[in-house]
Amino acid sequence: MIYDTLISPFVEFAFMRRALAGTLALALGAGPVGVFLMLRRMSLVGDAMAHAILPGAAIGFLLSGLSLFAMTAGGLIAGFVIALGAGVVARATELKEDASLAAFFLISLAVGVTIVSLKGTNIDLLHFLFGSVLALDDQTLLLIAGITTISLIVLALIYRPLVLECVDPGFLRSVSRAGGPAHIAFLALVVMNLVGGFHALGTLLAVGIMMLPAVIARFWARDVTAMILIAVASGAISGYAGLLLSFHAGAPSGPAIILVAGVLYAFSVLFGGVGGVLRQMFPGRHLEA
Amino acid sequence: MFGRIALVVLFAALATPSFAQDKLKVVATFSILADFVKNVGGDRVDARTLVGPNGDAHVYQPSPSDAKTLADAKVVFVNGLGFEGWMERLIKASGSKAPVVTATKGVKPRKSDDVGGADPHAWQSVANAKIYVANIRDGLSAADPAGKASYEASAAAYLAQLDALDAEVKAAIEKIPADRRRIITTHDAFGYFAAAYGVSFIAPQGVSTESEVSAKDVAKIITQIRKQRIPAVFLENVTDDRLLKRIGAESGARIGGTLYSDALTDGQGAAPTYLDMMRHNVRQLAQALMS
Repeated sequence: MIYDTLISPFVEFAFMRRALAGTLALALGAGPVGVFLMLRRMSLVGDAMAHAILPGAAIGFLLSGLSLFAMTAGGLIAGFVIALGAGVVARATELKEDASLAAFFLISLAVGVTIVSLKGTNIDLLHFLFGSVLALDDQTLLLIAGITTISLIVLALIYRPLVLECVDPGFLRSVSRAGGPAHIAFLALVVMNLVGGFHALGTLLAVGIMMLPAVIARFWARDVTAMILIAVASGAISGYAGLLLSFHAGAPSGPAIILVAGVLYAFSVLFGGVGGVLRQMFPGRHLEA
Repeated sequence: MFGRIALVVLFAALATPSFAQDKLKVVATFSILADFVKNVGGDRVDARTLVGPNGDAHVYQPSPSDAKTLADAKVVFVNGLGFEGWMERLIKASGSKAPVVTATKGVKPRKSDDVGGADPHAWQSVANAKIYVANIRDGLSAADPAGKASYEASAAAYLAQLDALDAEVKAAIEKIPADRRRIITTHDAFGYFAAAYGVSFIAPQGVSTESEVSAKDVAKIITQIRKQRIPAVFLENVTDDRLLKRIGAESGARIGGTLYSDALTDGQGAAPTYLDMMRHNVRQLAQALMS
């Protein structure tokens, strides 16, 4: 019974195994990136960037259909252009960076949806917005796994300046010049992970497997290492449980994965050990001492 | 100067419809029916279509200009069997007094699971298409007795083409081994084709045809193909060919191309006429089912 519910879907169907492998890889790469985004108060930047990659992927789609290479290249280019463009506008004008990013991503979303609708059907549009985690072929899986591998290596390299910049940017600037390059490398990781997530979960939800696990982790840990581990774990649980939900209840797969993460989030808000609602209402006695 | 040119252009534009006024204005509800009407009517008839190429007559929303087209028509051709649920009200609203010819008159209706009872997709059997053509010929002759001879000659020529098509379809299906004449499809429009030519069209069980598939849907399709050893699938609501390939790889079934059921395509498409549509469908079936 338990075997039938929890394991046999993955034993019986290769497409379920692939979907699981894809989401686990995504959780592994996007989780840590999400934690740093959150710690740097850039949680919504991830959302903006996710929409920003849509027109690039859509132009790739326009040129060569559902081609992995064209859509990936388009998404990466669009993501980088928007990230740089918003930065340039913020420095050259009086507009703050968040405002210019908001303008950029809304325009991108509209352009992207228009391009997809011009060429494709409603189902194509759904595919762009919500992804197709059930259709991961070898190439796409390799791409996602590659992005995850690069993310983990680069994160290991820039870990110290990244953490320092979250905690005390002024101090980092006074002792090192690594802050700028680390920031750019980090933004590149954000875009790459979003493009990888885009193939599985679409532009609207790719950011979900990045930010929701990070936010969940915030309720259970105080130090960065533990946060990253919890984020990866909750991303993986969401992927596994979401796929099962889609398999047994017939819910669309991508939204199901993010919904499970949403349930974990609601649970964490209420019962989280670090700053959760119950914890705030009934603080442990040792905290008062 | 420009005003004068504009005036000339305007008059030219106004003058064009008057050429068509010599012709018998008729309306057919959807593209396949209009193709039959054009073949029978030839040059004597100006045939308009309400639901054009690639349109879906099931969910069609009539527009005010459709009512105007109907009001101008001298004969109206409908499929009947509940295919155009919106037609009766539209005819009333337009104030049209034109006789309505039901093209399926005399067709033996197939029962369908839909509410309403009968399966309206009768044209999917060429034998029924011949009944359509005969009804259209009689309808046109009644409305325009002067052209009777012309309609009869065109109808006879077209019926001969349909006979050839029927033989062609039967021959193509004959070549497929009998135990391989089974496909899974989300189309529900091939009941008459199945009955006439002996190909089984099996619907994927419990799979919604209108939304993106879920993991449950994909698993159901794969399980069903494996259990019933179905050689090919034609899925119209799965547009991601990577997912189609996965279904094919995991179930061992071949993935078929597009089948046209309710509407013709425009000139650039694979099925601009009824004859093209039937040939295209049979070719797709044969390709997918031949071992």
